[in-house]
Amino acid sequence: MIPTAARPPGVAKAPVYAIVGNPNCGKSTLFNALTGLKQKVGNYPGVTVEKKTGTLYSQHGQPITIIDLPGAYSLAARSPDEAVTRDVLLGRREDTAQPDRVLCIVDATNLERNLYLVHQVLDLGRPVILILNMMDLAAQAGISIRVARLSQMLGIPVIPCEAVNGKGIIELKLAISRHDLPLSRHAWDIPAPIAPAVAELQASLVSNGGKAPLIARAEALLLLTDQDSVRVAGSAPLDAKTQEILRSWQSRWEAQGVDWAGTLVSSRYEAIGRLASEVAQSAKPSAQTLSDRIDAVVIHPLWGWVVLALVMTLLFFSIFKFAQAPMDWIGDGNAALAGWIRGLMPDGDLRNLLTDGVIGGVGTIVTFLPQILILFFFIGLLESTGYMARAAFIMDRLMGHVGLNGKSFIPLLSSYACAIPGIMATRTIEDPKDRLVTILVAPLMSCSARLPVYLLMIAALFPGPTYPIAAKVGIMVLMYALGTIGAFGFAWLFKRTLLRGKPPLMIMELPPYRLPRIKDVLLQMTERAGLFLKNAGTVILAISIVLWLLAAYPKSPAGATATEQLAHSFAGRAGHLLEPVIKPIGFDWHIGIGLISSFAAREVFVSTMGVVFSAESGGEDTTSLRHALNAARWPDGRVLFTPLVCITLMVFYVFAMQCMSTIAVVRRETNSWRWPLFQTAYMTGAAWIICFIVYQSGTALGF
Amino acid sequence: MAATVKLSALPVGASAVVRDIQKTDSSSVRLREMGLLVGTELTLVRCAPLGDPLEIKMRGYHLTLRKSEASLVTVEPKEP
Repeated sequence: MIPTAARPPGVAKAPVYAIVGNPNCGKSTLFNALTGLKQKVGNYPGVTVEKKTGTLYSQHGQPITIIDLPGAYSLAARSPDEAVTRDVLLGRREDTAQPDRVLCIVDATNLERNLYLVHQVLDLGRPVILILNMMDLAAQAGISIRVARLSQMLGIPVIPCEAVNGKGIIELKLAISRHDLPLSRHAWDIPAPIAPAVAELQASLVSNGGKAPLIARAEALLLLTDQDSVRVAGSAPLDAKTQEILRSWQSRWEAQGVDWAGTLVSSRYEAIGRLASEVAQSAKPSAQTLSDRIDAVVIHPLWGWVVLALVMTLLFFSIFKFAQAPMDWIGDGNAALAGWIRGLMPDGDLRNLLTDGVIGGVGTIVTFLPQILILFFFIGLLESTGYMARAAFIMDRLMGHVGLNGKSFIPLLSSYACAIPGIMATRTIEDPKDRLVTILVAPLMSCSARLPVYLLMIAALFPGPTYPIAAKVGIMVLMYALGTIGAFGFAWLFKRTLLRGKPPLMIMELPPYRLPRIKDVLLQMTERAGLFLKNAGTVILAISIVLWLLAAYPKSPAGATATEQLAHSFAGRAGHLLEPVIKPIGFDWHIGIGLISSFAAREVFVSTMGVVFSAESGGEDTTSLRHALNAARWPDGRVLFTPLVCITLMVFYVFAMQCMSTIAVVRRETNSWRWPLFQTAYMTGAAWIICFIVYQSGTALGF
Repeated sequence: MAATVKLSALPVGASAVVRDIQKTDSSSVRLREMGLLVGTELTLVRCAPLGDPLEIKMRGYHLTLRKSEASLVTVEPKEP
């Protein structure tokens, strides 16, 4: 083999490295340790998988690009994450150059399974540096690894390392700086019944697919392990000739009863077993580890629920406790900024566009940022400690009833605070259909932006202090329950109709508990929040401006009050236009305006009602608004906000999709406008139908 | 050969050796790729609080799988 194969001819620049490893092996920590803050985070076009690249300076001061590939257990991909890792390594993606060299990081406490991926990567014929991470934990567990022997057997540099403590990073940088990285001399025999098929597929991939011989061989091996030949976006489809060869071999084997995929996996593990028995020794038989003892409580049939409830309570407590102050500051900041612009610019439409449209609209979203950040922080914390997997394990059975698996639990739960982090957290769900179903139903969980609407309606429902608090709380709980039942009901429906799929697998590693690295969690939090602002920002800005235009034009005659202006505007007219549609559910055009303006964020309903009924808005205090609502009448003198209408309105807010940020994020996460539009239609349609049933049967019953 | 049972029927806390994995389209390959092979020793650590999924320990790490997936795996219990 020629070592210079490492660098494609004609490319004189520094080699590009990719970091590859199993999930939970410390890959992100190593990437952060190598590149510091010199990272770029984005998305792979066509799929919502995070693309991270960073720069490291070699010994000679030369910048070296490092791509942090998503964690994978195997190159025979099961999830969009793994598919990206496979496709980048095989040079199938047009947006990412094939890495010249690969850094394989493995968890030293779990050598055999981690080496499976390494074994596949070695087939690619690129120079590989093997990093044995968590050597300290391995030593604690009584595992000793003969590093030099492993390096000798594989013929590649092997660097022991503790990425968390920064140990081994210098040695690793030295290895990365080397110009003459050797190719592995590890060879394994492809099992006899399969070898001719691999040779034939390889030859076809070279001649018909235009692949380099070693890549073609690796591809051929993957085709035989990968059951699903569907290629994710960005991948080149398999050429027809190769596909035919593959199919004919598969049918031949099926007739003979040869389990080709199983045989291939087993023979890899046999080769790995020989390596491992030579280099690794376990001194003590696996005793109870700290993780085992923690799990005895955390997954206990009784205590498990207590711990889960505590963790979730803590999450929501911190959101409501710690988000309020920064939310107020941001609100004040927005007001101050708007005031400053008012002082700076002459009165006019441009000024109002800036203060009411841009600052008003975008500001409303930014106000939710503290909540979103706290949620991202918590999700990151749950992921990095290993508790996320436990929560999924405990909840899997319940989620299984509606056809989802335990991994949908945390995204749905987060959506009680805000659907945006919830939807972004669905990236951990491997099956694309399960992920989509979770995204589609997540906004049905009552988020915190609905709270002001619920509170206002409950206040209008029970004016005065004479009503028992239990009734108010009961209504509130009912609304949350309704949203939850709705979410599970629609998930069940979608899994049976639109997105019918195989029952999701629950083959998941329960990683050992690790102390979280706050620095890494904070970094991830800011990256995710940045992605949200970047991706959703333009859509939010555009819709804010449109909403402002609707409320500001056409102009009323001079001297009109805010209430008259709004009634006169497009939004007011739209409210009137909407009235025939919403009259059957008990709403008039005033409420119609509120529904339209809620599209910016549901809580905007409250301030719009203030303008519509010309009530003094006093921030937290909605007493005057409540009086205005209770005084509102239909033209024929009937009371507008009857108890039934208050309830119906709350039910409408439970189900309807009225959040442009969520729509923007769903567009981003599903990569098309189809799903957010479908979601808006089904949620708002369901809201109308359910409200119609509630209002009409309520009216018939004499409420 | 000693008596074999399905992994889904193994009592909690028991150790066993994998004897057979039924071939299906999706789960069996991933189980094997995760290191669950004929001859692999494993211990059934626990069931989830609601009875499903299961948690097994093998090759020094913990893996979860649903009972439906575990019923594809035939194991030979080891004498305690």
